[in-house]
Amino acid sequence: MSMLVFLEHHGDELLKGSLGVLSKAVALGSADVAGVVMGFGVRPLAEQAAKCGAVKVYVADDARLEAPLPQPRVDVLARLIREKGIETVLFGNSVLAADVAAGLAARLEAGLNWDLADLVRQDDRFVGKRPALQDSVHVDVGWKSEPRIALFRSGSFDPVETGGSADTEDVTVALEDFSTSARMVDQAHEEGEGPSIEDAAVIVAGGRGLGGPENFTLVEELAKALGGAVGATRAVVDAGWYPYSTQVGQTGKTVSPKLYIACGISGAIQHKVGMQSSGVIVAINKDPNAPIFEFSDLGVVGDVHEVVPKLTELVKARKGS
Amino acid sequence: MKIAVCVKQVPEGNSRIDPGTKRLDRSGEGALNGFDANAVEEALRLRDATGEGEVVLVSLGPAKAQDVLRKALAMGADRAVHVSDETAGGSDLVATSYALAKALEREGADLILFGQQAADSDGAVLWAAVADRLRLPVVSQAAELTHAGGKLTIKRQTEFGYDVIEAPLPAVVAVSDAINEPRYPSLKGIMGAKSKPQETLSLAELEIEPERAGEPGSRTEVYALSDPPARADSRKIDDDGNAAQAILDFLAEKRLV
Ligand SMILES: Cc1cc2nc3c(=O)[nH]c(=O)nc-3n(C[C@H](O)[C@H](O)[C@H](O)COP(=O)(O)OP(=O)(O)OC[C@H]3O[C@@H](n4cnc5c(N)ncnc54)[C@H](O)[C@@H]3O)c2cc1C
Ligand SMILES: Nc1ncnc2c1ncn2[C@@H]1O[C@H](COP(=O)(O)O)[C@@H](O)[C@H]1O
Repeated sequence: MSMLVFLEHHGDELLKGSLGVLSKAVALGSADVAGVVMGFGVRPLAEQAAKCGAVKVYVADDARLEAPLPQPRVDVLARLIREKGIETVLFGNSVLAADVAAGLAARLEAGLNWDLADLVRQDDRFVGKRPALQDSVHVDVGWKSEPRIALFRSGSFDPVETGGSADTEDVTVALEDFSTSARMVDQAHEEGEGPSIEDAAVIVAGGRGLGGPENFTLVEELAKALGGAVGATRAVVDAGWYPYSTQVGQTGKTVSPKLYIACGISGAIQHKVGMQSSGVIVAINKDPNAPIFEFSDLGVVGDVHEVVPKLTELVKARKGS
Repeated sequence: MKIAVCVKQVPEGNSRIDPGTKRLDRSGEGALNGFDANAVEEALRLRDATGEGEVVLVSLGPAKAQDVLRKALAMGADRAVHVSDETAGGSDLVATSYALAKALEREGADLILFGQQAADSDGAVLWAAVADRLRLPVVSQAAELTHAGGKLTIKRQTEFGYDVIEAPLPAVVAVSDAINEPRYPSLKGIMGAKSKPQETLSLAELEIEPERAGEPGSRTEVYALSDPPARADSRKIDDDGNAAQAILDFLAEKRLV
């Protein structure tokens, strides 16, 4: 029952998401869980994987793997999986991991189940647990052949340090021409200091429903009245309305304030994974069918331009009294 | 530049799974996947910036996808290729990417655009599988896309901020829903759409072996469906002018103000 976990890194650290998936693989009871790290100068990362229970770490260390681009990684993985006869390949979701997993699925004609919240063994087969259609239904999914590829929803598992050591093995890096034709010109580096929203007890977040960058004052004023911070969706960050440092979600921050007020936010799954563990969630959206209402404690079907300023005044009045 | 845009027909409104077939219930009205409107818009802009070239829509889906293709034609696309076949139902990533790659191969476009995700499957993965089959470079999550001198420059967001990536043509790019504001079709566009070339292809016409499509061609399967645990004590109200007060009362009750 060989399992391979895709270990993604940023700088000198393996990602928490990857290590969480590794811990999950170990918890499934497989005796030979392996990890694979790919990049340039990444050999020392193997140790971090060993701490979370990998007994073997494959290392692909090559300058052509330095940029976090998917296609060269598909080449390396496809060869490794075929050579070692690996049966199950696990990925923690990320922009990079999703593209690698899907490219690999095509290359190996292998089944890919995505957005899994869990993986269990039932009657000698693997069953993936997938919340689907805005989490309105839970689906048990499986694989008809090997290798099986699983892509887990961000934040599904926490890393568990069990200690231990791992054998490392260098793997061949032979790349296809088309895999190396996209080129990283400027790689993301941590953006400068912004307001810290991770520790805020209250977050008021704005989305595209605000209608324009100028309307962010509405959420800023409500946040100020409640003594909280301002959050944003990717849609408005990409559009340049608000800084990336305030983005909540899969490619932004994961937050769990006591109170999260979502203003004009649809509630896409990639946003949800960043805020679903908030204590109380209030949503204001004019579309009664917006997915955000499925995971709000209080949902208000209304216009943010009406409701938010009124709420700000009421909060101020209450605090003032 | 010849641009192919992959567009999907998705159920209108809230999707549900048919408990009998364990497949998505596609019986209702079909809509153009909203995220794909961004890909169509970007293709139109690239075409119109140079004043030459062609935008071809490619879709795999049931007969209803015709209506959806007509909507995208009304936005301004030049023609549509609809891969439609009873036996393609239930295709997973492996089967879908194979069929689409076959249709795209035939077009030989310089640029192949995808939307950010299918609203019903939320996969956000298909492009990478198609690009691998076509042996073309792929870049996803494009928030900005520029084309100059046969080369694309893409700005995209990852977990760490913004990357800038360059890729030569031909290439596959998936755009984010923040890349542009899709236009509404004009009346002229709607009228004109009816006379634009719309081709329907069977799997056989694309030389796709039946065992590589639909359920036989898929490598994943669905075992069971269940209801998610109900969220305790969730309330929803319509704003009748008093919603702000209702929110305040709720926050007070939870001791949050
Ligand atoms: C790989 C990947 C990673 C991603 N990472 C993230 C992430 O980290 N964070 C994130 O947020 N997204 C992320 N996304 C994007 C995500 O899928 C959605 O596209 C995004 O969250 C949508 O943002 P939004 O809710 O602001 O916009 P929309 O989806 O456009 O929603 C706007 C909402 O506002 C409502 N509205 C409009 N006008 C009003 C009004 N006047 N009053 C009240 N309501 C109104 C509308 O009904 C609608 O529901 C990611 C996507 C992918 C593929
Ligand atoms: N059946 C289909 N036909 C054509 N394009 C599709 C189809 N399904 C998905 N796509 C494209 O692939 C993108 C991502 O889909 P997915 O990976 O399923 O979320 C969509 O935004 C579309 O551009």
